[in-house]
Parts: sequence; C-alpha cells; structure tokens
Amino acid sequence: MTLDLSLLPDGGLQWLIGSGEHSGIVLSSRIRLARNLAGFAFPTRAREGERLRVLQHLRDAAPRVPTLHGAAFVRVDECLPQERMVLFERHLVSRELAGLDRGSEAPSAGAIFVTGEAGLMVNEEDHLRLQVFRSGFDVPGALRLAETMDREIGAALPYAWHREFGFLTACPTNTGTGLRASVLIHLPGLVLTQEIGKVLQGLQHMGLTYRGLYGEGSDVLGNFFQVSNQTTLGRSEDDLADQLVRVVRRVIEREEEARKVLARDAGYIIEDKLWRAYGTLRHARNLPADEAMNLLSGLRLAAGLNLVSGLSVYTLNKLLIFSQSAHLSQAAGRALTDSEANLARARYVRQVLANEARLPG
Amino acid sequence: MVCDTCRERDAIVHLTQIVESAVSQIHLCEQCAAARGIETTVGAPKHPLGDFLDAVQQQAVQLPGDAARCSSCGTSLRDFRASGRLGCAHCYGAFEQSLRELLRRVHGSTRHEGWRYETGDPDVMVREVTLLELRERLQRAVDGEAFEEAAGLRDQIRGME
Repeated sequence: MTLDLSLLPDGGLQWLIGSGEHSGIVLSSRIRLARNLAGFAFPTRAREGERLRVLQHLRDAAPRVPTLHGAAFVRVDECLPQERMVLFERHLVSRELAGLDRGSEAPSAGAIFVTGEAGLMVNEEDHLRLQVFRSGFDVPGALRLAETMDREIGAALPYAWHREFGFLTACPTNTGTGLRASVLIHLPGLVLTQEIGKVLQGLQHMGLTYRGLYGEGSDVLGNFFQVSNQTTLGRSEDDLADQLVRVVRRVIEREEEARKVLARDAGYIIEDKLWRAYGTLRHARNLPADEAMNLLSGLRLAAGLNLVSGLSVYTLNKLLIFSQSAHLSQAAGRALTDSEANLARARYVRQVLANEARLPG
Repeated sequence: MVCDTCRERDAIVHLTQIVESAVSQIHLCEQCAAARGIETTVGAPKHPLGDFLDAVQQQAVQLPGDAARCSSCGTSLRDFRASGRLGCAHCYGAFEQSLRELLRRVHGSTRHEGWRYETGDPDVMVREVTLLELRERLQRAVDGEAFEEAAGLRDQIRGME
C-alpha cells in the first residue's frame, strides 16, 4: 500500500498551526479515550479473524459518526515500515500500532481514521483509542470534542462497560474513564535554571506523570515533556482534565518566571547559546536528529524571548515534525540511511530558516 | 564521557552552571549526582504499570489459584500477570476479587465516577451483545473443530434470532 499523505485532512496535523493559548510553550493538548467493543476479545487476545471483524464493524458504523465524516481511513498494517514511521512521527499512531516494538511487523487489522483534529486508532491495545489534538493549551476544547465523538461511536456500537468499574480496558491502569489528558510542553527555562527536578516531582505529587515527546518509554529530548494524568478511575473526566489544567497553568507561570530570570541574570550567556543554536541550524551541513532536537529547542526559546523574529509558532512546530527521519525519507521518495537523513535534515532546516526567519541586527 | 568526580562510571548528568555570569559544565554519574543532592529527573520516567505489576506480583503470593481462567476468552491470572493485559471484558468478572484490590491500589478507588454509558433500551443492548458474543464463540469453536459445542451455540443463536 502506498500512503498518500495529501489525503489526510490537514495532514492530521491541524494542531501545528499554533493558534491556541500559550502556544509558544504548550505545543498541543491531547485527549485520548480507551474503549472496547462488547462481545469481542480484546485485541491482544483476539485472533486475526476477530480483529478483522472489529475493524469491519467500525467501518460500517463510521457513516453514523458525524465527527468522523470526511475522515481518511488508513490500514496501518498494510503500510510500508517507513510510512508507519511517518504516521508515528505525526503522533497519529502509537508505537504499538506502528509495530515499532516488534521489529517491522504491525499488528494485524490495525487501522486509523484521521480528521484534522480527531482520530481513531483501531486494534491497538484496546479496540478503540479515540484521540483529539488541539493547538496550544486547550484541554477543555479537546475534551468536549472527544466526548462528542465518544457518544456518537457508543451509540453506533456497544461498548464493554461495567456498572462499577466503568469503561473496561485491556490494561487496568486505563479502566474507568479510559482517559489520558495530556499537554506537550516546552520547558527550557526550568531546565536551564535547574528548577525542573522540583517541578517534575511536584507533578507526581499532584497525580500527574510525565514522559518524552513520543509518549510511553520515550526519552525527554529538546526539553519537551508530555504531562498527563496518572489515574483513570474514581474521578470524573472533567475533574481529571481540570486537575491537569490547574497544575500546567502553574508550570507555565514558573517557566515564564524562569525565562525572565535567565534574561535578567544571564542575558548575554543565554543570548550567545541561542545564537549559536541558530547559527548551527542556519548553516550546518550535517545535522543528527538528537542534535537538531536540542538546537530547535534553543531556537524556540530564542523566539519566545523575542531574540529572533519572523519565526511563527507554526514554523517552529513544522520544523520539529518535518525534520524527523521518516518525513525526510518520505520527501526524498526513498528510504534514507542515517547519514543521508542527517544531510537532508540540515538542508531542510536551512531552507526553512532562510525563507522564514528575520534577524535583528 | 566519564564522571568528573569518581572518574570511573559513565556521566549521565550534564550540568551547566552559571555563577556570576561565568559558565561551567560538570558531568556526573548517577551516584555522584545523588551524593551532591542533584535529582536525575530526565531518566526513564516511572511507569504506572510498574507499580501495578508489583502489586499483582505481591497479590499472587497471597492468593494462589493463578491458574484460574476466564471462561469466555481462556485468559488465566498467570497470563495476566505475565502480560499485564486482560483478555476480554469478562475477565473483569472472572478475576473480580483480585482486580478490585488492584484497581484500589493503582487508582485509589474501584468506582467509576465519570460519564455513564447508557444507550437506548438496555434489554435490546444486552441481547445484541449476547448475540455478538455467541457468534464469536461459535467462530472459535468452528476454528478449533469443536463441532459439538459449535452445534449447541448455533442452536442458541437461532433461538435468539
């Protein structure tokens, strides 16, 4: 199967536009709901035929789900490894659905429905993973859309449900609401002022947890953190989302304070660091992925401190996604080796900056 | 890169210090960083399932009988302990006692307080779900060449239809 990314509404990346509140610091807000269909074994226990029947039920029901109207449908298990990687780099599929945990084999009958803001993963750990992304800091907006989609799908197909335990999931860590509310947040100020340890510890005391850019098991790179609720049972969806919003609001304030401290107490050092990051990105010929991520983090901070103008949040977001290896391979029309990707990454970043960054004297 | 303090272990903590506008870099291993009171927060985050599986492990010691199986999908408590995943919705009933305790440890509660799931006539719903389940069991029985069981299930389905 050849994946035609142009068929995905907004490339499945509407959140890149950088329109929401605090979008310089909070890249995106996401709601994920884990659901299973009644009457079928959960995907890891189900055999291939049963997984296919679950998928068929979903395809039959999709026309009765207004939030999925106009959605692109992709059979992830029929995509090439590089195409699955592109979907993963866009956060449209999980590591598990992309088959990244099991060599290059994707789980059978794995599929996604994608609209600009909402999506649905089928036959992941649970039969359904509803996903909504919003640009910037807008957890309540994402939750409302997820609630609507959930109600529509639940009316079209019977969910696995228990009066006491709520929505039933394959892993009991998701039982109840099945909700994971998260924000992808950039905290270079707190890292540079070494406040980050205390902040992350504080999150855990408040019932939240954090991960790297690509969720569970991924490293923290470029000072990007995914902060989300830890538990799913015993509190309502609104309570869980409110708690995340309250705590993240405080984290944003502390990040802003840290940036002020940096600008005041270490102005020229920070400025020098950021200009070096900009210089490397603007002129390097060979740019490994981890280095690019750290330099792009510096550039984002530079833009946040108004040291570089003409760089929109959209451009900064786009650079993060499109400078990743599978995207570069996709653009080149063939699988690039690591060293080829490093050259292509440097070329891509140089071009974007040449066209879009304006420099003060 | 080796640790600046012990010069033995690999440095995993890289600190940039700014003191009176002078910048210095220190590289430390986890132990030496801890000795200086520096938290190594950027390591692998603790996964909630870690606590959860520990809880299952502890419970397995208290409650033998992990060979108990879910009659619907065949998952045993032992399978669950190995994978951390249940096989189907009926596992929640089959392992209810163990799960109730685990849910309490993981979430601090066993009672869902969120959105209720109510669609249409509950009787119609139960019938639909039962039919779906019977059809799946019939398919499994046919695949496993358990023809006697398959015939019984087929009759049950016909009766309901």
